[in-house]
Amino acid sequence: MNSSVITFPGSNCDRDMDVALKKFGFKNKMVWHNDLELPKSDLVVLPGGFSYGDYLRCGSMASKSKIMKSVHNFAKSGGKVMGICNGFQILVEAGLLPGVLLRNKYLEFICKNVFVKVNNKDNSYFKDIKKNTLEFHIAHNEGNYFCSKEQIKEIDDNNQIALFYSNEFGNINEDNNPNGSIKNIAGVFNKEKNILGMMPHPERMIDPALSGEDGSIFFENLINNLR
Amino acid sequence: MKISVIITLKKDVLDPQGKVINQTLDGMGFENINEVRQGKYFEIYIKENDKKIAEEKVEEMCKKLLANLVIENYRII
Repeated sequence: MNSSVITFPGSNCDRDMDVALKKFGFKNKMVWHNDLELPKSDLVVLPGGFSYGDYLRCGSMASKSKIMKSVHNFAKSGGKVMGICNGFQILVEAGLLPGVLLRNKYLEFICKNVFVKVNNKDNSYFKDIKKNTLEFHIAHNEGNYFCSKEQIKEIDDNNQIALFYSNEFGNINEDNNPNGSIKNIAGVFNKEKNILGMMPHPERMIDPALSGEDGSIFFENLINNLR
Repeated sequence: MKISVIITLKKDVLDPQGKVINQTLDGMGFENINEVRQGKYFEIYIKENDKKIAEEKVEEMCKKLLANLVIENYRII
């Protein structure tokens, strides 16, 4: 399986993602934002970080990068595109995913482990994951997912919510909402479920000595589903 | 030619920064404030002499980059 990780100026989780993808069997290539063509890929990842210093709005500049035209075409033809953290912000700014990510409700940068409840397993990203909740890491200032009432209804009706912030038992309530996201949303899909954006970082949970292993579950499952 | 743009958050969008500014102003003794909403202001110096054309171009910039229409409104002034 071939994957590509795009590096924007200010990306800082690109190498972690590269390590994670390779660990679970992807042949990964790093792609520069100024490139025009994506290499042959089964998965394209927009990594976390602070592209363009979060100027204007997080992800807004990066969403206009040269490579994004290729990413658009790849995504529109059904290719799997995953955006993590700043990558998620870039995907919403690019119009590939619905909604927007606002400043965290209590204006704090949040850096901690959280549990997320998998809401939809009928897709390549979460199919066959046995656990209902996963422990991932979040580190963001703008992760407060927002969209209009009409949009949230549409997202819900189309089963586009991928992950909710929850406790370890999968309870979704305000106490487990770190950033003020509508409905505790931590990740969403596009309608077709080939594009996934999420604030949590699975690539930070792939080494039992350093962190947890729920990221390992995620990546192992992902490559098996793409094969 | 200079074209100015004001970007404001839509009514239903939470503005935690505006809220904190409001609280701070309250604390400083500025009373009777109902609400503070924070926005953005841009001055765009454009190589164009026709005001109408310049404003049309800036409007396109607003739609494509300067504002995110999911959460923001723009006003050319």
